[in-house]
Amino acid sequence: MRLHLNGRELEVAEAVGERRLVEFLRDELDLTGAKNACDIGACGACTILLDDEPMKICIKRVKDVAGHRILTIEGMAAPDGTLHPLQQAFVECGAIQCGFCTPGMVLVAHAFLLKNPRPTRDQIRKAINGNLCRCTGYHQIIDAIEEAAVHYLGATAAAARV
Amino acid sequence: MSAEKNKAWRNDAHAKVTGRAKFTDDLKFARCLHAAPVYSDYVHAKIIRVVTEDAAKAPGVVKVLTACDVPGTNRFGQIIRDFRIFADDKIRYHGDVVAMVVGETRDLAIRAAALVRVEATPLHAVLDPEEALRPGAVLVHEQHGSNLVNTHRVRRGDIDDGFRQADFVIEENFRTQTIEHAYMEPEVAVSVPRPDGVIEVCGSMQHPFSTRRFVAACLGVPLSEVEVIGTPMGGGFGGKDDTAAIVCARTALAAKLLGRPVKMVYRRDWSIRESYKRHPYRVNYKMGVTKDGHITAVQCKILADGGAYCSVTPWVTWRSTVQCCGPYVVENVHCDTQGVYTNNIVAGAMRGFGSPQMNFVVEQMVEIAAKKVGLFSIEFRRRNMVRQGSVTITGQKLDTHKVAMDEVLDAVLKETGYEEKLAKCSHGKSATDELYGIGLAMSYRGVSLGAEGVDFCAAIINVQPDGSILLEVGVHENGQGAESAMSLLAAQELGVSLGRIRYRRASTSTVPDSGTTVASRGTIMGGGAVTLAARELKQKIAEAVCEKLQCAIADVRFANDRILGRTDGETISFDEAIRQMFQTQRFPHAFGVFRAPRVSWDEHTGQGDAYFTWVYGCQAVELTVNKKTGKVKLLHATAAHDVGRAVNREMVRGQFFGGMAMAAGYGLHEEINSKDGRITNLNLNTYRIPRAMDLPEMTALIVENPDPQSPTGAKALGEPTTEILAPAIANAIYHATGKREFALPIKLSAQPEELPEEECRL
Repeated sequence: MRLHLNGRELEVAEAVGERRLVEFLRDELDLTGAKNACDIGACGACTILLDDEPMKICIKRVKDVAGHRILTIEGMAAPDGTLHPLQQAFVECGAIQCGFCTPGMVLVAHAFLLKNPRPTRDQIRKAINGNLCRCTGYHQIIDAIEEAAVHYLGATAAAARV
Repeated sequence: MSAEKNKAWRNDAHAKVTGRAKFTDDLKFARCLHAAPVYSDYVHAKIIRVVTEDAAKAPGVVKVLTACDVPGTNRFGQIIRDFRIFADDKIRYHGDVVAMVVGETRDLAIRAAALVRVEATPLHAVLDPEEALRPGAVLVHEQHGSNLVNTHRVRRGDIDDGFRQADFVIEENFRTQTIEHAYMEPEVAVSVPRPDGVIEVCGSMQHPFSTRRFVAACLGVPLSEVEVIGTPMGGGFGGKDDTAAIVCARTALAAKLLGRPVKMVYRRDWSIRESYKRHPYRVNYKMGVTKDGHITAVQCKILADGGAYCSVTPWVTWRSTVQCCGPYVVENVHCDTQGVYTNNIVAGAMRGFGSPQMNFVVEQMVEIAAKKVGLFSIEFRRRNMVRQGSVTITGQKLDTHKVAMDEVLDAVLKETGYEEKLAKCSHGKSATDELYGIGLAMSYRGVSLGAEGVDFCAAIINVQPDGSILLEVGVHENGQGAESAMSLLAAQELGVSLGRIRYRRASTSTVPDSGTTVASRGTIMGGGAVTLAARELKQKIAEAVCEKLQCAIADVRFANDRILGRTDGETISFDEAIRQMFQTQRFPHAFGVFRAPRVSWDEHTGQGDAYFTWVYGCQAVELTVNKKTGKVKLLHATAAHDVGRAVNREMVRGQFFGGMAMAAGYGLHEEINSKDGRITNLNLNTYRIPRAMDLPEMTALIVENPDPQSPTGAKALGEPTTEILAPAIANAIYHATGKREFALPIKLSAQPEELPEEECRL
């Protein structure tokens, strides 16, 4: 079974297919950016992107994503460590407090901006509505997404991914 | 005042935004075992036997631990030692843990946990706090002698005389609900036995020093043999003080007994079932007012359901008592507060700490009173609120700092255009389906622990030979940005660039026990310690370089990474100064301690200088109520808080927004439901915290009046922001519907156009 993960190809044994995806990423690949906070897909802390669409992976198995393009938070920054403009906006706008929701929030926002680079604040609210944050009241997260949107103008999905 | 945008700075932002930050469950250790707690289905029962044999034989199980396996003490508590590592004599609530299964994997441990059986004699569960206080009630803790955890009181003036002076007496009853902190990261801990015999503990908790105390006492070892290491934490909000330390202690116990690392990662349902909550209150409130709008007397009875264990109920209810009249001067006050044991979920610290409940009461009572005497509610507030030099209901004169009550109130009124908007409120009648309302609430709040406890904090600044700086402070990074604020303050005081400063990974073995990072005390106490340490360091550097700078020690200044003498004299770089210090056998190392100024309290009269300083806040909210559905939509919220001094402006704004969001949940959505003592909404799909679409746009107005008693000028912010939006919502709903809401969360049904007579209360 092949996984297209953060721009790399990965061959995994068929038997792994039944494993919970969030555990596989965290325990086997040490991609611990996806957090497990509810086990039922209610909070969004485990969000990844599958073919540029958000997916809550605490309720998915490895086989569910085989053959698809997977982006985790670890794949957002450039290989040299330079932050993606969206990540940079999260940092500068004060969108990060405890940081537990941050990876999922960044990825959901990324998927949204790829489709809608000229969003209103209400559209942003709707886009992140499935991802819970208890620290920020979402205000500065929305600021950050709004601020980063300009970097998605005219970009194709692939180009916006640094 | 300012609401402009600056760039935020956090020492941990890069790690968190890239997913590289390692929270406790992200840490990996070779040969690590995994643990799972065992609950029973009892709510109140006498334990006969905990049967672990079947679980112990299950695949992958290494050990099943119960109270019998605790070598030290099984009982803990910051006030009364009634919490158990494992239930021993009785089960007192549905979240009591009777055993813990340790296995090779988490799944195997969880599977085996179901095989543990509890033989017990069920007892009548006391689920109502009033029932708990009746003579002959079943006792939750027999050895305590009653179900009364604690009482507090305020006795000021002559209550009978106060009511005689009144032209009107208003009496209402209020109820508030149990709510969950809902930090995004559930409890988690990992303990690692070190070759030198020390147990190292990483965990999601906000009180590393009480965690160390709990662990050491549980293991029966000295404090020096336990090291609690700071680890990124996914939110606390007061909820990771007591129970979280017990989760740590359980893993430490297993690690010590088994000689292997042991990790326990809580599931959300375990977290909600076991962890303590915000106290539900029942408040009877009687207020006397004169025709010209002066409050002459307040009599109130406060009943707080503390649940099965004491936790910090006496401290939470003390703040409620001290602040029972809100920010108003009242000459005659009679307040009686009771904290009560029941078999409900434990209640303890939660952001606000006894003030959100009372503000919900007081900020509605003043509006009810204003209406009764025919005064504009803001004018009524102005006639009664604290001002410079006012004496509080506990006899404390407010003269050590700027009393900014009018400043924050004016800021909110101006920003919102409050009066014009109030005139547009629907009061139950509108042409469309939407009823419009605006509402406001304000508070003052005592900063830090006050007379709850000993309050001091340490910081260590250790400059390295190359001029780089290691900083550590006895406050904990809960996610609020404590480490960043401490680093900024150190850089400012030393006149060096932020890039020099590395905040050390915190450890209870290196910085002295500085208490818990709660009570909005992090910035004022930690920042005070950092500033005093930096001043001591500057003195040492000045002594070393004053000769070279040809000036007196007192003339040495620090700016832009340089040390300066007299204005036109020589300067040297910070690096050079440090090099010289090492060459002349001086360590550029400083230890700072900030001790909270004196406070006092007389438990008998309820009088005293309760807190060494106070903060002032005001919030307003606009909303609509749908007449057909009763659905409330928040349109905009505005807050002004005097923070003393804003250290990290974007993070200050973040506290405003996060606090208001939590209060919106308290006002409208959140409630722990239970049936026969068993919580029924155990996950985030049924326990509904505010989502992005539930919240309005928000405006943060930062007011800065530096506090002379705070070395940095900064005061407090975390809790004030979350203690007044719920009453502001209640007041706005009244202005929209014409009806008062006396219980939280506010649940509205369809709003009939013509109000039945009995509902037209005022």
